Amino acid sequence: MNPGKVQPDKNWAALIGNPNSGKTAIFNLLTGLNQKVSNYPGVTVEKKIGKARSADGLSFDLLDLPGTYSLTPESIDERIVAEQVLRWIHGNNAPSVIVSVVDASNLSRNLYLTTQLADLGIPVVVALNMMDMVKDELEVDLDHLAAKLGVAAIIPMSATEKWGQADLLKAIKNSFNAEPTVDAPPFSLNKNIEQILGPLETFLRNDLKYTHRLARAQSLRLVARKSTLDVYQNTSSNEGTFSEPLLESLQVLREEVVEKLAEKGEKHRIMEATLRYEWLDRVLSDAQITIDKKLEETNFSEKVDKILTHKWAGPAIFVVLLTFIFQAIFSWATVPMDWIDNGVGWVGQQILRALPTGMFRDLIVEGVVAGVGAILVFLPQIMILMFFMTVLEDFGYMARVAFMMDRFMTSIGLHGRSVLPLMSGYACAIPGIMSTRTIDSWKERLITILVLPLMSCSARLPVYALMIGTFIPAKRLLGAINLQGVTLVCMYLLGTATAFVLAKVFSLFIKTQGRSSFVMELPPYRTPLWRSVFSQVFQRGKLFVVNAGKIIMAISIILWFLASFPKGDGQPTNENAILHSYAGKIGHTVEPIIKPLGFDWKLGVGLITSFAAREVLVSTMATIYNVQSDVDDIVQLKNAMRIDVDPKTGLPLYTPLVALALMVFFVYAAQCMATFAIVRNETNSWKWPLFMIVYMNILAYVGALLVFQGGRALGFS
Amino acid sequence: MTLYELPDGEIGVVKSFSGEMELQSRLVEMGILPGIRIRRIRTAPMNGPIELKVRDYHVSLRQEDAKNIIIVQ
Repeated sequence: MNPGKVQPDKNWAALIGNPNSGKTAIFNLLTGLNQKVSNYPGVTVEKKIGKARSADGLSFDLLDLPGTYSLTPESIDERIVAEQVLRWIHGNNAPSVIVSVVDASNLSRNLYLTTQLADLGIPVVVALNMMDMVKDELEVDLDHLAAKLGVAAIIPMSATEKWGQADLLKAIKNSFNAEPTVDAPPFSLNKNIEQILGPLETFLRNDLKYTHRLARAQSLRLVARKSTLDVYQNTSSNEGTFSEPLLESLQVLREEVVEKLAEKGEKHRIMEATLRYEWLDRVLSDAQITIDKKLEETNFSEKVDKILTHKWAGPAIFVVLLTFIFQAIFSWATVPMDWIDNGVGWVGQQILRALPTGMFRDLIVEGVVAGVGAILVFLPQIMILMFFMTVLEDFGYMARVAFMMDRFMTSIGLHGRSVLPLMSGYACAIPGIMSTRTIDSWKERLITILVLPLMSCSARLPVYALMIGTFIPAKRLLGAINLQGVTLVCMYLLGTATAFVLAKVFSLFIKTQGRSSFVMELPPYRTPLWRSVFSQVFQRGKLFVVNAGKIIMAISIILWFLASFPKGDGQPTNENAILHSYAGKIGHTVEPIIKPLGFDWKLGVGLITSFAAREVLVSTMATIYNVQSDVDDIVQLKNAMRIDVDPKTGLPLYTPLVALALMVFFVYAAQCMATFAIVRNETNSWKWPLFMIVYMNILAYVGALLVFQGGRALGFS
Repeated sequence: MTLYELPDGEIGVVKSFSGEMELQSRLVEMGILPGIRIRRIRTAPMNGPIELKVRDYHVSLRQEDAKNIIIVQ
């Protein structure tokens, strides 16, 4: 988000809560914008703004911040929240109300963050979510509890069952323009600590004009970890909020206090959390709330986990699930793919009939329709993959996968939390790379990013699907397993296995910064909100069509020109026309380099265009064949490739072996430039994206070379 | 004893921490502090991390880190 997007001088509210507290579900409920209900930390990385509307017609902006456990940042998501909060403290377009989303079935840990928010001096309204999970077990005086915690109101509600939002909106509205909250610290320090912390507190109160309560909280956070000081420095370097001497005094004071605390044997790192929890637990027990009432009870999720994370059954189920998903991508998608294929052909026919013969018609039919159609065909497969990923994530299974895989992942230099980004990489590397933010150790995060584009993303799927569908026979192995499906799984496995091996190699060379840990919440299993799942799948599908569509449309048009001009002299056959076109010349220039891989000049053109985006290879081939064909019809790309022969030898140009070599090339090659732009952002240097482009393309060339030459030596064709 | 030695399914009360302090800040922020009761639910496949139940939620932790949490049963 940038605060500039929120209209200034108007009341607005910010949503803050723990991961898995149902924050996004509440955001959707209040704004009607249907976005993601996250069950897994790291999904709500983007900051989202929506417009909430109460029954009496009042509307205001609502900002959704990433999930966080504390205002002392550890991961990048948490740093985003901490930096945002610091800007608010210093009067930079602060919200009128903070809505603290709390999971009623996990009260004490969720309220920890609430009490940190209550320190800020901004009115806090607690949305006590998931009341449907606790039913009547939480019968307490919420107004009394609110007063004790220093928040404006606590509103019981359920985002899943859709009740309580009217009360929440009313409470938010009532707190707009409310009086500032009390500024006395809620918990006291012992004399020793109070004395040592004194200078820092005084500095914050006098020089930064903090209230006593806020100064106490911020000084405890400053001594807890250096990350809080970093938040001050980052915010300042971006916006110049604090003067240099002020930052310096803060740093010096912090060091002095930390040193003195350490001398006295005080545990400064756990001081804030210990004091805060001691106070909070006391408040809760006074309100007759037991913080671990169900510790002995084996709940539903624990029972399910007896199977899903079982020593042997757990990993086996995971493998079966993955295989099932990839089989489904191939078998379920065939019917809608045929519809789209026929639909595109029909559209082409209609345009052929409607428009007069000429260059414009050729451009539309051979360039645009053929190019875009070739990509649309793969939409069903991408949607099916997205559907499974979203369901598993919302169900809570992905955290279990991280839990089960941590041991294996650490053995190859990665982290249990690398699993979700790597699996997202099967859909698209970009959200995958962004979700590595939940990995708190830099080294493991970097390695995850470096190998992530080796996971076969959905943009490779069109290429695999074309090659497999055209050249791999649809035979059944052992009566049940489809050979085409097996080939596809092999491509995914090749990329994945290489990613693992390289992760291990990289981990030997990259230096460690800080220690890695695996403190990860395992959220309870929840039935996914189907509305949210379908909207998510739809959004991703739309994004693919729009984004890919734009690039493909542009490239298709450019390519059509390159392939159609210059028009040869006299009356050459179309075959010769494209040979002598610009595209043909470019293709022939690169042909010597790719010849050892079994690729001809047409694939050469395709490889060049696919550097923008992988799936462009398919539309490139479609465009080339359509320009080349002398009948006014959309050529079925598969047939065209199958029957294409080498003009010199008369042998088929593309064989199953060439198809395999091409697929291996696509498994490894660094082609999607958008990915490397994101890596540059996330690693803050060009060093890593350049390294990736070099190593991946070397792998691609060598891999394809080995397949083609090795295959030929073994007598395959 | 340490949390590492606690068998799956058993309950212990956190007494103190030992070893490196880095991890402790996060644990304490997640509500795992001296005096709190912990149930060790299970150990992940391949002798991986352990799953704990504490304060009405479930959390995972690596075994080597569990060695630094002193508990009484």
